[in-house]
Parts: sequence; structure tokens; C-alpha cells
Amino acid sequence: MSISMLLGITPWPFVSAAIWAVLLVAILYLARHTAHQAIATLTGALSRGLRLAAHAVAHGETRLAERNREVLLAAGREAKERIVEREFARVGETVRKDLANYPHLHRALAEAIDHIEKDHQQAVEVPPEPPGWVKAVETVAKLDARNGGGGEVLADIHKSLIKAHKEAMDSYRQASAERHELLRGMMPRWRDVQVVLAEVNKKVESLLQRAAGIDRQMQEYEDIVKREDKAISVLSSSSLMHFFVSTLVLLVAIGGAAINFSLIARPMAEMVGGTSFIGIFKTADIAALVIIMVEISMGLFLMESLRITRLFPVIGALPDKMRVRMIWITFCILLLLASIEAGLAYMREVLLQDELATTALLRGTEATVDNEFLWITTAAQMGMGFILPFALVFVAIPLETFVNSLRTVVGLLGIGLLRIFGLLLRVLGNGARHLGTLMERLYDLPLFVPLWLEGRFQNNGRQRGHKVENLREATP
Amino acid sequence: MKRALAVAALALTAACGAPTSHNTGVYLLLDTSGTYREELRKAEDVILYTLSRLEPADSFAVARIDTGSFSEKDIIAKTSFDERPSTANAQKRAFAQRVQQYIRNTAPATHTDITGGLLQAIEFLNEKNSGRKTILIFSDLEQDLAKGYVRDIPLEFQGFEVVALNVIKLRSDNYDPRGYQGRLEAWRAQVEKGGGSWRVVNDLDRLDGIL
Repeated sequence: MSISMLLGITPWPFVSAAIWAVLLVAILYLARHTAHQAIATLTGALSRGLRLAAHAVAHGETRLAERNREVLLAAGREAKERIVEREFARVGETVRKDLANYPHLHRALAEAIDHIEKDHQQAVEVPPEPPGWVKAVETVAKLDARNGGGGEVLADIHKSLIKAHKEAMDSYRQASAERHELLRGMMPRWRDVQVVLAEVNKKVESLLQRAAGIDRQMQEYEDIVKREDKAISVLSSSSLMHFFVSTLVLLVAIGGAAINFSLIARPMAEMVGGTSFIGIFKTADIAALVIIMVEISMGLFLMESLRITRLFPVIGALPDKMRVRMIWITFCILLLLASIEAGLAYMREVLLQDELATTALLRGTEATVDNEFLWITTAAQMGMGFILPFALVFVAIPLETFVNSLRTVVGLLGIGLLRIFGLLLRVLGNGARHLGTLMERLYDLPLFVPLWLEGRFQNNGRQRGHKVENLREATP
Repeated sequence: MKRALAVAALALTAACGAPTSHNTGVYLLLDTSGTYREELRKAEDVILYTLSRLEPADSFAVARIDTGSFSEKDIIAKTSFDERPSTANAQKRAFAQRVQQYIRNTAPATHTDITGGLLQAIEFLNEKNSGRKTILIFSDLEQDLAKGYVRDIPLEFQGFEVVALNVIKLRSDNYDPRGYQGRLEAWRAQVEKGGGSWRVVNDLDRLDGIL
């Protein structure tokens, strides 16, 4: 039914349009209640659905956060255990070394003290014996001066006294000199004792420092075990830092691997042919890549066997004898691969020179002048070919850190995404609810005339009702 | 670096695909007729350039256009390069030497059988089963068949790229350029009718795009 037909129900289109408008408004007015219900049901269902989804996402976020927390705590606990274990091993080693040395120290100290004691005893000052003439002096003093026999005796005594005094002084000086000699001899012993005690002090201080370090680590470990927020925060920031640092180092390692690849890809064509393809890729390229991958794998196994990394628990749990064998096997394979790479790097240079000579011939130019420093680049290439496989061994360390921290970082990213998604769902849910109200208002917009009339009628009816009630109340 | 990652990512999936031929086959026809013989020095440069662009396992043949060119005897030098780059380089040097010797000692042909040469080229390259087949024609494209040679036969150029090099103008073309244009147009039509692609390169200093 076209517009012209609709406007053609009366000879006057305007009248026709008015009739249709009135009809439409009437229909809409009659269906208003049902339409409002339909809109409310639809938008309500949508809003509830979105809010339910938001709740589910929030729940997922909480679970993911909990899981992330558990992962973080487990990783932190494991790392702390490793650190504490290593600290204890170091302390044990120090104690073992010092205790092994302790009998020697003790003997040296005891000997030094014995010597000092002996010297000290010998250096004790002996009080001089009272001289024999003292009694003679007393006897002479008791003699009667009038007897006249005392003068000669006193003169003899005086002589003897001077002589005895001189002998006593000589003897005393000699004894003092001996004592000083003994005391001087004690000095090195004291120094020995001082050195030994200083050494003991140094070792004890070192142990005390280690003990303080262990205390600190243990405190952090306890915080982790108690699941304290501070520990979580520290672990989270450490994990992020580890992630970025290990990513950077891995990028550097990838650069090294790329250089390694370019060193061996060209001469590989001599071994596996320059034209065979696997799919769209040259077999020589794939072979070079496989060699690099094998080198990295061997590096991982070597690091695992040395217990530097813990990516493969099976290797770490091997008996020590088997582990040592594995270390040697992986090292030998690496050495072989490094030697092969050095040979390929040399071959690369030879091929390059051959190709340059051929190109020069085909271009009709003179062959390149012999470069006397060519051996430097050749040796550098060979050196790089030999060293890079061993350098790639250390990729295992940042790789382990990357893998461990990646779990946390992915968890954090997931939490962030779920949070944003949940927020979006909540906003949409609220939006749907308000949209229902808006749609009802928009529905009512063309019905403003009947609604106004309805309002008037309702007001009149209400006023009439009030009047009737007032009259009834007024009537006794 | 990018290549290495791409190789690592796709090697396994690519390994399952059907084997495809990645090598190139090039057949160069040299016009040795009297009117064109002076241009052969330039042909030497083209051959050396072609040799420098070819890779191990590619095939290359140089043949002359003479009175009857549909013959293996007209092939001056041909080779399929070894897969090892060092051996391929040695082959290139030997090939260049053979071609240089020929160009110095060649005798002019009385007639010019380009169609026969093209037939021989198609046969050679189809036999090599190269992934990319290119026929280089170093000629003025003026065919001059001897009596008794039938060359009015359709040529199958499906998968071939035909490049006419150094198509010089004849003296008569100066009087009437329509002759030159007609020759080029006739060969183009014949090649494209056979399913091939046609190109003309007269500036021998710009050979970059021919391979």
C-alpha cells in the first residue's frame, strides 16, 4: 500500500493524513499499556542478562586474581626457598671450612699463650735477699763504744758494704736485663695472638652477616607464607620487572641466533644442496635453523643438569652420577656443534670469495685485489661461529625467568581485561534499563493529546470525588 | 631474522605440501645472420649477465639462429647448474668461456630461422621441467627462411616468458617504420596466442627485469 493510496481515502490528502494520524494515535493509545509492558520486559531482560554477565565476569576476575595470587605466592615461596637453601649451603661451607681450621687455630693460640705464660713467669721480679751484714751492724751497734774495738770493725763493714752493694747492683741489673729480654720476646707472641683473634673475628663477622641475610630472607618467606599483602605487592612488582628484563635479554639472544643463522645458512647449501625446498623454504635454511635450535636445546639441558635452571624437574631429580654424565654429554655435543659452525663459517668465507671471483669474471671486471687482512674477517667469523653456540647456552636463564614471570603477567593482563569487560557489561546493563524508560517516553510522545485529555479527565474525576466526599462529611 | 622466524613457524606445515619446482630455465637464441652479426658482442654481455643472475640447479642454454635452427647442433652451450653453489660457480665460469670462444669464431648464417629456434627452446625447457621458463631472443626478429623449410606451425608458449632483446631497426625500417612495428606485433601476437607473455627490451643497460 503506497502513500498515495493512503492519502487517497478522501479527496483531500490533508484530511486523509489527519484521519490516519488520529487512527494511529488511537491505536497507539489503546496499545500503550501492552507496549510499555513489552518494552519494560525486553529492556529489563536485557539489563538483567548484562548484569548477570557482569557478575559472572567479576566472579571470573576474582578467581583469576586468586589463582594469580596463588601462582605468585608459590613462585615467591619457591624462589625464597632456593635463596635460603643456597645461603644455608654457603654458611655450611663457611662453617665446615672454619671448623676444619679451628683445631689449628686453637693449637696456635694455646701455644702462643703457653709461651707468653712461661715468659711471664720468668720475667717476675725476685725480691733481693737481705744482706748478711745487717746482723753484723746490729751486733756492732750493741757494743760499748768505750771498749774502743768498734772503729776498725765499722771500717771493715763499710768496705764490705760497698763491695756487697756493688755486687748486688750488678746482679740486679743483670736480672732486670734478662727480664726485659724475656718481655721483649713476648711481643711477637702477642702479635700472633692478635692476628689469630682477628682472623677468628673476621670469620665470625662473615657468619653473622650471612645469618642476618638469612634472617631477612626468612622474614620475607614468613610474609609469603602468611600471605601478607606487602609480600604480594613486592612479588608482583618483581615479577613484572623480571618479565621485562628477561624479554630484553631474550630479544638480544634472538639477535645472536639470527647472526648465527646468517653465518651458517649459506654454507649449509653446500651440504644439503642449494635448491631443495621443504614447502616454500630452502632446506639449507631449515637445516641451519635446526642446528641453532639443537644448540639451544643442548644449552637448556646443560643448564638443567648444572641445576642452574629448573625448567625440567626430571633432569634436576636425576641421580648425581647420571647428572654429571648428562653434563658431559651435552657439553660434548655443544662442542661438536660449535666446531661444525666454525667450519661452516670458514666455508662461508671461501664461498663468498669464489662467488666474488665468478661475479667479477662475468661482469668483465678485474678480479678483486688480494686482501692481506682477509684472514681477520675469516678468523672473526670462525670465532663467532664457535662462541655463539656457547653464548646461546645462557639463554636458558632468561628463558626460565620469562616463563615463570609470564604466568603472572598473563594473569595480570587477564584480570585487567576482565575488569574492563565487566565494567562495560555493567554500563551496558544500566544503559539498557534507561533505554527502556526512554523508549516508553518516546512511545508516549505522539500520544500527548490523548494523554493530556486522560490527565484532565482523571483530575476532574478526582476533584468530583473530593467534592462528593466533602458534601458527605458536611451532611450531618 | 624475519626469515629465520618465518622458516621456524612454517617449516612443518609447508613440509606437507606438494613439491614444487623453484628453478629457472633460460634459453637464449642468438641471431647469427649477416645483418645482425655485428651485434653479437652485445650478446656476450647479456649472456654473462644472465649467468650472474642464475642460481644453483637452474638451466641455461645458448643456441644460434641460422638457416635451420630446429636442431640440437645449434646449441652452442648448455648446462644445468649443480645444487652446490661452489660447483655452480665453476660451471658458470666454464660456460662463459665456451660462449666467448664461440662469439669470437662464429661464421654468419645465410638465412634466419627464428621459429625453428623457438621450437627447439620450447622442447629444451619443457624437458628440463623448470619452474620458470624464459626464452631470450637476441635478434632483429626478421625471419628469412630458406626454401623448403616449413615453419607455419602453431607454437605452444603456455608458461613461457619470451623476451626480445636488442631488436634493431633494419635499413628498410627507416623508410617505413611500419615494417618494424609489424614485425614486433606479429611476434607478440604469435607468442600471446600460444599462451606466453611477450616483452621487448632494447636498452641493454637496463637488464635488471629480464630475470
